[in-house]
Amino acid sequence: MAYSDKVLDHYNNPRNVGSLDKKDSNVGTGMVGAPECGDVMKLQIKVNDASGIIEDAKFKTFGCGSAIASSSLATEWLKGKTVDEALAIKNTDIVNELSLPPVKIHCSVLAEDAIKAAISDYRAKQGQKVGSEQTVA
Amino acid sequence: MKKPIYLDNHATTPMDPRVLQAMLPYFTEYFGNAASRNHEFGWVAEQAVDKARKQIADLIGASAREIIFTSGATESDNLAIKGVAEMYAEKGNHIITAATEHKAVLDTCKKLEKNGYRVTYLPVKGDGLVDLDMLREATTDKTILVTIMYANNEIGVLQPVAEIGKICREKGVLFHTDGVQAIGKVPVDVNRDHIDLMSITGHKLYGPKGVGALYVRRKAPRVQLTAQMDGGGHERGMRSGTLNVPGIVGLGEACAICHKEMPEESKRMQYLRDKLRNRLEKELDEVYLNGSWEHRLPNSLNLSFAYVEGESLLMGINDVAVSSGSACTSATLEPSYVLKALGLGDDIAHSSIRFGIGRFNTEEEIDYVADKLVNVVRKLRELSPLYEMAKEGIDLSKVQWAHD
Repeated sequence: MAYSDKVLDHYNNPRNVGSLDKKDSNVGTGMVGAPECGDVMKLQIKVNDASGIIEDAKFKTFGCGSAIASSSLATEWLKGKTVDEALAIKNTDIVNELSLPPVKIHCSVLAEDAIKAAISDYRAKQGQKVGSEQTVA
Repeated sequence: MKKPIYLDNHATTPMDPRVLQAMLPYFTEYFGNAASRNHEFGWVAEQAVDKARKQIADLIGASAREIIFTSGATESDNLAIKGVAEMYAEKGNHIITAATEHKAVLDTCKKLEKNGYRVTYLPVKGDGLVDLDMLREATTDKTILVTIMYANNEIGVLQPVAEIGKICREKGVLFHTDGVQAIGKVPVDVNRDHIDLMSITGHKLYGPKGVGALYVRRKAPRVQLTAQMDGGGHERGMRSGTLNVPGIVGLGEACAICHKEMPEESKRMQYLRDKLRNRLEKELDEVYLNGSWEHRLPNSLNLSFAYVEGESLLMGINDVAVSSGSACTSATLEPSYVLKALGLGDDIAHSSIRFGIGRFNTEEEIDYVADKLVNVVRKLRELSPLYEMAKEGIDLSKVQWAHD
């Protein structure tokens, strides 16, 4: 199987590998996939509460070259976007950017799921934060 | 050191230059049809074929008349299994095989099931070996054939062939073995091992692709087969078709070389294989061997590197040719059925790499591969959320994974 240059680039020079503190209330963590399927992605975002902009994003992936590239690309795209803009990222955007062949499309779908899972986790934390502020008053 | 380095000798082998030399005259100079009975072109070709029969027979302890030429082991497997099934149909309709067989055997058995035959697929133990008691219990008075491979192509494990052969003799059942991975690497003897039929191929022992043979026992018992290729009655009526003379000459020469060089070569292969395993297990943690260590081909290694996926590993060692049991590397996206049959979890199958060391590999190459692999595994573990969780002490088998 021939990999596109972009996939190889992300594999050899992955962007934003690592972890954010998942206990931080500004951090959303999304973990998708399963070891039995050969694909697990952990994607984290750190959001600035005031501006709603994603300041930092990190990823770790267990999976093939296309899965690593899809999640690496996702973290690149997330930085600087608002949470709503991030929700608009579609797996097909990832497929096009990385020239993924049909058999690897599911890697891009997993990356989109990871983004949504991270945002969902962040929002859940925000809901709790807002709730606790109200009760404090 | 030439790159890429080839360590996938279970998939195929480079032809030995001596084999090529032996074959060349039979393309343009001695090009006769071995079945042309009336002129020198035919006689010379026939002589070359007879010489090859003897060379192959000598390697496996058989007589030359027991060697039938085919286009390769897939055809030999088909001929053995379907040929016996059809010939002995009145005696019974039950065949026994193992879950870890090559697809050439499994798919042939599935085809026979569609045509009314019953097939038992014996499971294997965690080390990859067939359970002899299970085999004994599975045989019935309708069993006409047991087909179990000598050595497995994915994990390199050697089956207890002599014992299997003995059980088959006791039960009066024919025993076929796919000898493709074992012949030329370990000493095989059809009489010591009680083998009645055996598939052989050229391209796994430094011979050409597109040619193989089937050993068919003539004495005690005399095995008969219904031909699967009709048209002219070649090979004692068992396999029609003009013989691939250059290919057969190559197969014979390759067998002769193995016969002579096997004792020294297998020691050398084992040394290189053991060095690779020792380095990897010393320099990395969480490396697992798949399949029995004691009952294994001397040149074969199948290792899983936990928390790292196989295809991404292969991408990192892109100047080394090996293969993986990972689903991502297969056309059907299914993980290796052989590893599953060992009872391994899919995640271990996804992390597996198969190494097949060969005649032309050097110690320098093995050291290079070990260095490269250690670096890539370390790098991918830094990228791996599973490694991170494992290091934190989380039991991954208890995690609830969110998958669609």
